[in-house]
Amino acid sequence: MNQIHKDTRSNKRSIVRYTYLMIVLFLALTGFGQMPIFKRYYIADIPGLGWVARFYVTHYMHYLFAILLIVLTSHVIAEYLFINRKRIKITISGYIRGALVIGLVITGVLLVIRNLASSGFPPGFIVFLDLAHLGLVMVLLMAGLYCIILKKKWAKERFKMSKGV
Amino acid sequence: MAKEISRRSFLKGGLAAACTLAATSMPEWASAANNKQQLVTLLDIRKCIGCEACVEACSEANTDKYPNPKKPFPKMYPDRVPVMDWSDKRDVTDRLTPYNWVYIQSATVEVDGEETEITIPRRCMHCINPPCVKLCPWGAARQLSNGTSRIDSDICMGGSKCKAVCPWHIPERQTGVGLYLDILPSLAGNGVMYKCDRCYNQIADGELPACIEVCPEDVQTIGPRDEIIKQAHALAKEINGYIYGEKENGGTNTIYVSPVPFEKLNKAIEKGKGKPHFKPVKDTMADANNLAAAMVFAPVAGVAAAVGKFYKMTKTDE
Repeated sequence: MNQIHKDTRSNKRSIVRYTYLMIVLFLALTGFGQMPIFKRYYIADIPGLGWVARFYVTHYMHYLFAILLIVLTSHVIAEYLFINRKRIKITISGYIRGALVIGLVITGVLLVIRNLASSGFPPGFIVFLDLAHLGLVMVLLMAGLYCIILKKKWAKERFKMSKGV
Repeated sequence: MAKEISRRSFLKGGLAAACTLAATSMPEWASAANNKQQLVTLLDIRKCIGCEACVEACSEANTDKYPNPKKPFPKMYPDRVPVMDWSDKRDVTDRLTPYNWVYIQSATVEVDGEETEITIPRRCMHCINPPCVKLCPWGAARQLSNGTSRIDSDICMGGSKCKAVCPWHIPERQTGVGLYLDILPSLAGNGVMYKCDRCYNQIADGELPACIEVCPEDVQTIGPRDEIIKQAHALAKEINGYIYGEKENGGTNTIYVSPVPFEKLNKAIEKGKGKPHFKPVKDTMADANNLAAAMVFAPVAGVAAAVGKFYKMTKTDE
C-alpha cells in the first residue's frame, strides 16, 4: 500500500518537475525575446522559431507562461504548507531557488503593473525592475544548471520509512 | 487695534503670495501639466501652409540633444547588424531622422470639389500608453507625467525595439553613439534611438514646445486632455471634419483634425521609412494588459487546488 503511495507521489513530483521546467524554458525564451537579440543572432532564422523575434507575440506568451508559473508556485507552496510540511524538508538549494522564483514573480508582477496605462512608477525604479528581473533569471538558470549537474533536490524526505511500515 | 504681524506670519503670508503669483503667471496649459494632467496637442491641419518653420524651430531647439557619433564605428557582429548613420545627412527634412524629429507630410486631395494640397506636421504621437516606453527592455524610454514620452539617450542601447513596436515606427537610430560603446560595442547595442520629446525641458520651464511657439498659423494648440478633446470635437463638428489620434493605439496625446477623411489622406501621402501612415491603429498593449487581469486569479487557482486536495485527503482519512 505504502509502495503505491510512494509511486503516486513520485509520479506527481515528476509531473510538477517537468511542468516547472517547461514553464521556465518558455519564460526564459520569451523573456530573453524581449531584448532585440534573436533576430540579430539568427535564432529567429531557425525553422519554427521565427516567432521569437516578434515582440508582441513573445510579450503575450511571456504573460501566459507567467500565469502558469504563478499557479504552479502558489499550488506547490500551499500543498507544502497544508499537506507535506511534516513529511518533507526543503533543502538549502530549494530555499535559494524558491527565493529566486519568488523574486522573479514579484519583479514580474510589478512590470506587468508598469505596463498598464495608468501606472506611474519613477523611471529609476523601472530601470531597477528591468535589471533585477533579468539578473534574477540569469542567477536562477545558473543555479538550476548547478543543481541538475550535482543532482541537488528541492526537498527531501524528513525520515526514511522502514520496510514493512 | 492694529493686528500685530509676527515674523513667522509675515514669511508665511509672503510665501503664499509668491506661490499664488507663480501659479497665476504660469500659462494655463503648463499649470495643467503641473497638476499631473496629460497634455495634448491639437493640430488643425487646414491651417498648415507647409512653411517648415516648425521643422527649423525644432532643429534649433534640440541641437544640443542631437547625436555626435564617433567614427569609425566599431565593427559589429554578425554582419547583418545594420549601421544607421545620419550624421552626414543632418539637413534631411523630408522624413524623420535622428536629426529631424518633425517633418511636413503632404497630400493632394479633393476638398469641397477642389484639388488641394494639404500639408501636415508629423512627429511622435505621444501615446497614452506608449509601447515604445512600456516594452523598452532597459527602461531607457520613459513617459513623463504630462504624457510626453521620451528616450533617455544616456542609457538607450539603440536596439530599435521601440521603433519595431511603435505603430507608426517613429524613433530613428544613430549608430556610433551612446552607452553601448562602453559595454560590448561589437556584440550588443547599436547606438541610440531619437524622436520628438515634445521639448520636455521647455515645458518644464513653462515654455511652449518650439514647433508650437514658432508656428505663424497657430496650427497647434496645447492643453489638458479634457479641454483639447472637447476643442477637437467642436472643431470637427464645425468643419464637418475628421479626427485622428484620439482613439488610435488606445488614445494618443496628438490629435489631428482634418477636413478630409484620414483614409483618403493615408492613400495620398508618401509612406515608408521615416514617413508615418494615417491608418487606423488598434490598442497594441491591450491584449497583454487584458491577460494581466488573469494574473490576479492565478495564485487563487493554485491555492484552491491544494486546499481541495487537502480537503479530499482529510475526508478519505475519516
